[in-house]
Amino acid sequence: MATTEITRSIDARGMACPGPLMALIGAIRTGQVGDVYEVLSSDEGSKTDIPAWVAKAQHELLEVVPEDGFARFVIRKVR
Amino acid sequence: MPAEVVVLGGGVGGTLTANLLDKALGRNAHITVVDPTGMHDYQPGYLYVALGEAKGHWLTREERSLLRSRVDLAVEEAIRIHPDAGTVQLRNGGSLSWDYLVIATGARLVPDLIPGLAEGSFEFYSLGGAERLAQALRGFTGGSIKVGIAGIPYKCPPAPVEFTMMIDGYLRRRGLRDRSEVELLSPLNRAFTIESASKLIQPIMEQRGIGLTTFFNVESVDPAAHIVESLEGEKQEYDLLVLVPPHEGAEVIKASNLGDVSGWLPTDRTTLQVGGYDNIFALGDATDLPISKSGSTAHFEAPVIASRIASLVTGTAPTTNYGGRVMCFLETGDGKATSLRFDYEHPPVPPQPNRAWHVAKWLFNRLYWETVPQGRLPERAPFTTPKEVSP
Repeated sequence: MATTEITRSIDARGMACPGPLMALIGAIRTGQVGDVYEVLSSDEGSKTDIPAWVAKAQHELLEVVPEDGFARFVIRKVR
Repeated sequence: MPAEVVVLGGGVGGTLTANLLDKALGRNAHITVVDPTGMHDYQPGYLYVALGEAKGHWLTREERSLLRSRVDLAVEEAIRIHPDAGTVQLRNGGSLSWDYLVIATGARLVPDLIPGLAEGSFEFYSLGGAERLAQALRGFTGGSIKVGIAGIPYKCPPAPVEFTMMIDGYLRRRGLRDRSEVELLSPLNRAFTIESASKLIQPIMEQRGIGLTTFFNVESVDPAAHIVESLEGEKQEYDLLVLVPPHEGAEVIKASNLGDVSGWLPTDRTTLQVGGYDNIFALGDATDLPISKSGSTAHFEAPVIASRIASLVTGTAPTTNYGGRVMCFLETGDGKATSLRFDYEHPPVPPQPNRAWHVAKWLFNRLYWETVPQGRLPERAPFTTPKEVSP
């Protein structure tokens, strides 16, 4: 898969739920359409919360990559 | 020479830290509390003012009356902190020097971040706001009440849920419930930030007929059309809208470039030291810690800071750490409440709502002025033993 250029990376590792999702929402709130966000989260709840919110808010979940002790979510702001 | 300690903010965190430090250090420290108003507000009472259950006057006292006699109070606004020089600049042109600085400047409401919010909604996060909401409710004759959150983090996370439960009881007492709709617009995919508490609360909300819309992060309000719109693209109509306004850290934090973009201070989760400085500490709402912004948090943090500064002043190694202890009451209406007691490692296991916790909250509200700011709350009181419920 081609590497997507990340507009903003949010390292939310160590933050408890719902911190990582809230950090993403805060970033998207102030961002531009087309921006790509990377969220690193070690919280288990993020695996369901982040995809569910991205779907509801009609943005695009590009990738969920399991890493060692955390997951990497890549999201594009589409509206 | 006594150590110079400056405490910015005369809320629960600043007042308690100053009093505990004075008790611990006596003449070995000269402590000055700097507060722009010189008045101390008991913010948990605003909820009761909004619902017409309390008047505003019992929620405010003079800060001077809560401080030990040796602690100085400067009724001044701090406008700039100079960490390297060890000074804080005051609005009137003067400045104070410190060996140790405690930042307890709290959070401020920033309604202007959301278009239409100030004109189109009510709030109970300030005394004036709570009084205006009480007035609006007195004139309410039925319709749709929507309760939402316009920014995270915000103070007292249980408050919006509590408000929906209490407004349900209020409307029933006034014979308006069958003509009214009550709905919580939650920014998350559940009613409350903490999952275990949500599992307890959501069935009670359902039972009471309180609606829940999830993933609703308020983006704008159209006061003329009575519509609130979310970041997720959803619109909701309302007759009465109650929103928690967005919060940010104090202006002095931003002006001093000590905080993040929203003015929250980068704070060590156990030592409560700020930004790598050995002699600057923060507590309460002012920090960026991922725990509740509440008086309870500040209450449990203050003894840690007082103990660590006392150790530094007397030349011993500080050993007291903050473990993330928080304790909140959560009113569920009908004269019942539950409690949330937790720390960094242990999520809360809230008991089923009962009268005892409601009475405990009522007692706490009344005993606050004589106990909490002075550090007189007994160590074994139920308010101070979160670990007893840890799983």
